[in-house]
Amino acid sequence: MTTLHTVNKSPFNSSAFDDCLGLAKSGSTVLLYEDGVYAATSGTKPADAIANTDGVTFAVLGPDLKARGVEGKIADGIKVVDYDGFVDLVAEHDKVHAWL
Amino acid sequence: MKFSIQINEGPYQHQAADSAYQFAKASLAKGHEIFRVFFYHDGVNNATRLAVPPQDDRNITQQWTELQKEHNLDLVVCIAAAQRRGLMDEDEAKRQGKDANNIAEGFRISGLGQLIEAGIESDRLVTFGA
Repeated sequence: MTTLHTVNKSPFNSSAFDDCLGLAKSGSTVLLYEDGVYAATSGTKPADAIANTDGVTFAVLGPDLKARGVEGKIADGIKVVDYDGFVDLVAEHDKVHAWL
Repeated sequence: MKFSIQINEGPYQHQAADSAYQFAKASLAKGHEIFRVFFYHDGVNNATRLAVPPQDDRNITQQWTELQKEHNLDLVVCIAAAQRRGLMDEDEAKRQGKDANNIAEGFRISGLGQLIEAGIESDRLVTFGA
């Protein structure tokens, strides 16, 4: 049973990202979108937490990065996807958990 | 695959209403089926036909109405959330003794059971919200 976790809140405003990271199991994927994309920016605490998390795949929504002007600041190891990729992630996992 | 979408946030509030629409469009373009879109909490405000956003801005309600027409989508507005926020169809306006209704074309008002059914009948339920 694999889960796609979606995080749409900035890690600097909300505990959603930390809560998600604390409970995401190995084999699951975390998709960062809307203000959640800030968790993927390099040199930040959340990006370090991502680098230190084994077994979980991280993806970030490209259009939301671009809307915030941070597309060039993504930490290594985080996959950038578009809405097509978002749809594929939903289809590939058994369920979707939105961390609102 | 069969998807359903739940929207908990109103239009122009933050980004969830837009994200949900983009996700729905991409899903349909990839050949997935959308069993139902359920508007809940402040999300019911996406269904008012009386909103008049500036002409150079997107009209979120109209985007849903057009997508509904094109793909025969089932756009369901939660009745309890709608009553609290003053969103009603003709029957509901009559029942409540109101002088007008404001639901946009392509949406229908129904109950929470429709969300439960969407969860059961769909392969995936994706929630967008505040």
